[in-house]
Amino acid sequence: MVPVIELTELTKRYGDKTAVDHLTVTVRSGTVTGFLGPNGSGKSTTLRMILGLNAPSSGAVTVDGRPFAARPRGLRHVGALLDAQDIHGGRSAIAHLKSLAVSNRIPLRRVGEVLEEVGLAETGHKRIGGYSLGMKQRLGIAAALLGDPPVLLFDEPLNGLDPEGVRWVREMFQRLAKEGRTVFVSSHLMTEMEHTAERLVVIGRGRLIADETLVEFARRGSQATVLVRAPEAAALGALLTAEGAAVEPAGDGGLNVLGLPAARIGELAWRNNIMLAELATQNASLEKAFMELTADAVEYVAGDN
Amino acid sequence: MSTVTTASKSPVYARVPTEPPPRFRDLCRMEWIKVASLRSTWFVLIAAALATVFINLNGVHSDLQYLDKDLAHPTGITPDGHVWHFVYDPLRRSLSEIAVQLMMLGGAAIGALTMFGEFSTGQIRTTFAAVPHRGSVVTAKVTVLCALTTVLAFVVAMISFLGGQAMVASRHVGLSITDHDAQIAIAAYTLVVPICALVGMLFGALIRNATASIVAVVAFLFLVPAFFGGDKYYWVVQLRHLFPGNAESNLTFWPHDPYDSNGKWPASHMHSWAVLAGWAVVSIATALIVVRKRDA
Ligand SMILES: Nc1ncnc2c1ncn2[C@@H]1O[C@H](COP(=O)(O)OP(=O)(O)O)[C@@H](O)[C@H]1O
Ligand SMILES: [Mg+2]
Repeated sequence: MVPVIELTELTKRYGDKTAVDHLTVTVRSGTVTGFLGPNGSGKSTTLRMILGLNAPSSGAVTVDGRPFAARPRGLRHVGALLDAQDIHGGRSAIAHLKSLAVSNRIPLRRVGEVLEEVGLAETGHKRIGGYSLGMKQRLGIAAALLGDPPVLLFDEPLNGLDPEGVRWVREMFQRLAKEGRTVFVSSHLMTEMEHTAERLVVIGRGRLIADETLVEFARRGSQATVLVRAPEAAALGALLTAEGAAVEPAGDGGLNVLGLPAARIGELAWRNNIMLAELATQNASLEKAFMELTADAVEYVAGDN
Repeated sequence: MSTVTTASKSPVYARVPTEPPPRFRDLCRMEWIKVASLRSTWFVLIAAALATVFINLNGVHSDLQYLDKDLAHPTGITPDGHVWHFVYDPLRRSLSEIAVQLMMLGGAAIGALTMFGEFSTGQIRTTFAAVPHRGSVVTAKVTVLCALTTVLAFVVAMISFLGGQAMVASRHVGLSITDHDAQIAIAAYTLVVPICALVGMLFGALIRNATASIVAVVAFLFLVPAFFGGDKYYWVVQLRHLFPGNAESNLTFWPHDPYDSNGKWPASHMHSWAVLAGWAVVSIATALIVVRKRDA
């Protein structure tokens, strides 16, 4: 896997607000990398700087060894869907894609091909202004694919898609990565990334929190809780609490135990002649790990961008 | 290119972008598709062109009613005792000022639209992601905008001029297209339109918002000059000469009517051409700078 997108101490300030704060990240090819962070954490700003749309206050970013803005034409190098609304509603999808294709000397047959691929072949002649958000999302993906680029950037691409669309997009990302491309996908929802990305870049308040595989990230979450069930639940609870664990009822006579591994719980019960009906380790969820790690970095409870 | 070395290092990196060399004319084609695929472009331009032609032809047509009377009695005496000879100004109606203001307005609106249409919608980010070289995008916009408005304004000027002269030809007061004054007037009547389009583009690039850009450019072209009216102060007249509309009316002024004056301290033709050229240069240069410097 080759480093393709390289951010070095990338920083963007808006007035006295630091949207992106000394971010150093490498995004590699052949894999889907999730770019995760709460709303307002600087994901969109970072993606815009990768594309040279916003100038960094300091630091640098290159795509395939060169600042993207230094390239005369972009579509064969990077395909991007930043905001499905970044489009003039007065044109048809075909006119929009045609204008992009001719600028990069991409054969016009690609316009029909990508429209077919995203399922907009029928509506290509209609004005974009009348499209639903999901359709605009698909059109944005079509534009990103137009130049058959090795690097693809998507900012919250699952917004506005129905479950069928979400599945389609996920499969497409995985296929694109398998073909050796670099796929960098942002989201503010861990649940969206869970089945989409292999690697995660997590940021909060513009700072890097994690840059690792999904599996590694899951391990960062708080210690696993253990679910135990015993007829003598009260006695077991007292015993575990005395041993330093946090215990709370899990309903149905079960107990959620935090702070002791399952093996130790089993040992304690056996020594004290307490019969166990169930003993199971609950895996820490990615969602939980994400929430914990970004808890102090959350700025906005609601609202996007 | 760097992609070649990257690809040779890694078998998984299957795709090496092979790219034909970039050409400026592709960007012009892109901008042409963008302009031509918006209904508002054609609505504004065709409405302005038809209205302009109509006002000019109708103006000459209404001249005909009194023209024959005046030509039958070409000499008179004014109440204060001066002898007066009737002279027909063949340019005043056929290339009228009020009509060209509609073309100027249309051109300015289209010019502003090429910029605010991209910035206010976010389309500009899609455009710059496709063509990161911003200067080339602006230059292509300028090229397409000037070509479109110049061709249209020339057609409008020619129909207005030739139609108007044809109507008065039988009275032998018309001008031929080979006439020097006529040629200068037609050139000015044409070129002021792309100049206004460029000024509109400048305002669109600076303000980025649809309504505010249009209001600002209309105020600049048509309202602000009104503050510099009158012939009392030399410097006020000089400032007035700096507006595109005044340059145009100076150049279309027909100088052979002894009873008509182009005001006190008229500008020279050279001065007016320089004003038009100056606005073109200022607009293009400023648009290039602001579009390059600011975040998209
Ligand atoms: N053009 C701008 N001017 C001022 N502040 C901005 C601008 N764009 C983004 N910000 C601020 O920068 C921070 C990061 O925003 P953004 O990159 O959109 O975050 P995300 O995409 O992760 O939700 C936010 O606090 C936002 O308000
Ligand atoms: Mg965002």
